[in-house]
Amino acid sequence: MSTAIMTMPATAQAPPLATHSAISCRGVTKEFVAGDTRVRALDGIDLELPAGELALLVGPSGCGKTTLISIVAGLLEPTRGEVSVLGTNLTRISGGQKVDFRGKNIGFVFQQYNLLPALTAAENVAVPLIIARHPRHQAVARARNLLEQVGLADRTESLPTQLSGGQQQRVAIARALIHEPRLLVCDEPTAALDAHAGQTVMELIRKVAVQPDRAVIVVTHDSRVYGFGDRIVSMTDGKIDKIEIQNGKSR
Amino acid sequence: MNWIAFKMLTGDRMKYIGIIFGITFASLLIAQQMSIFVGLMRNTISQIRDIEGAEIWVMDPNMQFVDDVKPLNDDDLYRVRGVEGVAWAVKLYKNIARARFDDGNFQQCIILGLDDDTMVGAPREILVGSLADLRKPDAVIMDEAGFKYLWPNEPLGVGKTFEMNDRRAVIVGICKASQTFQTFPILYTRYSQATLFVPRERKVMSFVLAQNDPNVPAHEVCDRIRAQTGLAAHTRDDFAWKTINYYLSRTGIPVNFGITVALGFIVGSAIAGQTFYLFTIENLKQFGSLKAMGVSNTRLVGMILLQAMVVGTIGYGLGIGLAALFGEVAQRSSHTLAFFMPWHVPMLTAIAVLAIITLASLISIRRVLVLEPAMVFRG
Ligand SMILES: Nc1ncnc2c1ncn2[C@@H]1O[C@H](COP(=O)(O)OP(=O)(O)O)[C@@H](O)[C@H]1O
Ligand SMILES: [Mg+2]
Repeated sequence: MSTAIMTMPATAQAPPLATHSAISCRGVTKEFVAGDTRVRALDGIDLELPAGELALLVGPSGCGKTTLISIVAGLLEPTRGEVSVLGTNLTRISGGQKVDFRGKNIGFVFQQYNLLPALTAAENVAVPLIIARHPRHQAVARARNLLEQVGLADRTESLPTQLSGGQQQRVAIARALIHEPRLLVCDEPTAALDAHAGQTVMELIRKVAVQPDRAVIVVTHDSRVYGFGDRIVSMTDGKIDKIEIQNGKSR
Repeated sequence: MNWIAFKMLTGDRMKYIGIIFGITFASLLIAQQMSIFVGLMRNTISQIRDIEGAEIWVMDPNMQFVDDVKPLNDDDLYRVRGVEGVAWAVKLYKNIARARFDDGNFQQCIILGLDDDTMVGAPREILVGSLADLRKPDAVIMDEAGFKYLWPNEPLGVGKTFEMNDRRAVIVGICKASQTFQTFPILYTRYSQATLFVPRERKVMSFVLAQNDPNVPAHEVCDRIRAQTGLAAHTRDDFAWKTINYYLSRTGIPVNFGITVALGFIVGSAIAGQTFYLFTIENLKQFGSLKAMGVSNTRLVGMILLQAMVVGTIGYGLGIGLAALFGEVAQRSSHTLAFFMPWHVPMLTAIAVLAIITLASLISIRRVLVLEPAMVFRG
C-alpha cells in the first residue's frame, strides 16, 4: 500500500485515511446549491470498506446514497472531506487523472442499464476495452465469452431493445466487469426489474463480481436483496447510522 | 471510439437521415443558386466568348457592356487600322432586330453582321447548311436554340423565311451559339446585309474587331488605340470582365442571388444544426455513460466532430450531386436556363457546409463538455 498518502496532511480534525481499505471516506460532506437553498446531501461521512466483499448501501430515497457512490466513483467532488479509493486519494488528483482512474479501475451498473442502443450486446460489453484502446475484434470476442458466463450466450448479437430488462442488466454487469476493475459500483441495479429478474441479477453479482481483490458496492432500497450483502451500510439524511456485518455482528 | 461514434450516429436511421437531409438541402440550394448566378453572368458575355479570331474589341468610350451598343463612325475603322501594332481590323454589327413571321408573330432577335470579306467572328460550329451560303442574298444563319424556340416541333433545317424591316430573310444554316442573357434567337449575317434588316440610322458600325501584331502585346495595342483614336479598346478578357462588372454593380442580380444563397445557408444551418444538436441532446445520456466509464472530454469532442464530418461529407456530396443533376436535367429540357458550375462553386459550398457543421458541432460540444458525469446515476 502507498505510504505517500499516509504522509500527506489530512484535514484538521480528521484522522489520516486508512489506506488498507479499498474505500476510505473521512468527513465527506456534499452540499448542492440550488438557487438560494443549500441542500446538504452528505454530512460528514466516515466509511471504510474492504475488498473481497459485497457492501450494500441502503436507506430511504433522498438520503444521499447516489451522491455517496458518485463521490466514491470519482464522478463528483465532495464539498469537504477526503476520499481514498484503491490507495488513490481522489480529492488530490486532477480531472484528467480521475477520468483515467475511472476507466481503469471502476465498473458501473446503473438502474436504467444505460446500454448504447445502437450497439449489440457483445459490442456494449466491449466498450470499456475499447475505451482502454484494445483492438475492437479482440474486445468483442472477449465480450462474447463473458456474455456466456452471465448466461446470455445466445443473445450476443441482440440489440438492447430486443432484450428484457433483466437481460439488459446482465449485459450491463458483463460490461462493468470486462476490464477487470477493482471497484464495482451499482446504483439500484434491481429497481427496474421484477422480483425474479432482480434475484437473478443479485445472484450474478455475488457469483461473478465478488473477488478477493475487488470491492463491490450496491446501492439499493429493495429489502428483498439485503441477504446478498456481506455488510449493510444504512444511511438516513446524509449520515451513516448503522453498519451491519452479515454474520450477525453489528457496530 | 470512432467506431462507437459512427455506430451511435447511424444507429437511429431516421435522425441520421434527417441530419443528412438538412445538409444536403443546404448544399443543394447554395450550389444550385451559385451555379445559376455564374451561368447568368456567363451568359452576359456569351457573344464575346463566341466571337473568336480577334483579340481586341474597339468601341465607343461610353459603352458599359457588350449589349450597350453606341455606334461608331465608319472612318473609325480606318483610324484603328492606322494604329501601329494593329495587324488587321474589321467591322462588326450588333443590334436587336424585329423578325415578323408568316403567321404574323413577332420576335426580337440579336443580329450580328460579320465583315463581308473576312467573316471574322463567324460561328464555329454549323449544324445544318454552310457558312459559305451566307454570301447568298438575304441569307442568315440562326442559332440552334433560337430555331428550336421558334419552331419547337420541327427538325433543324434551312429554307425558312421571315421578314425584318420589310426585308426578306432566309435561313441558310443553323449553328451552335452560347446562351445569351436575353435568350433571344441569334442571327449571323453579312455586315452589308445586317444593316438592311434594321431601320437606317446615321451611324451603323457597332464594333471594330482588331488583331495585334504577334510581337506587340494586345494590352499595349489597346493603349495605343485608345491614345490615338479616343475610342475604347479592350482585350476580349477585359471586355468580358467589364461586362460582368457592369451587371454585378448595376443590377440587382448579385443581391438577389446573394440573398438566396444566404437563405440556403441559414435554412440549411437551422435544419442541420438543429437536428444535429437535438441528436446530441438526445444522446447526452450515452455521452454521460461514456464519460463516467473513463472517456475524456477530448475523445468525446473527437466523437462529435467525427459524427459531424460524416454527415457533412455525405450531405455535401449528395447536395452537389443533386445540384449538378439539376443543371444537367434543366439544361436538357430547356435551353433557357442559365447554369454553370465551375470548381469555385463546389469549393465555396464546401466552405459553407464546413461552417454549418462547425457551428452545429460547437453548440453540441459545449453541452457535452459541461455534462456532469454524475448525471448517469439520475433518472
Ligand atoms: N445535482 C443535484 N443538485 C441539487 N440537489 C441534489 C443533486 N443531487 C442530489 N441532490 C439532493 O441530494 C439529496 C440526496 O440525493 P441522492 O444522493 O440522489 O439520494 P438517494 O440516492 O439516496 O435517493 C436529495 O435531497 C437530492 O434532492
Ligand atoms: Mg439514488
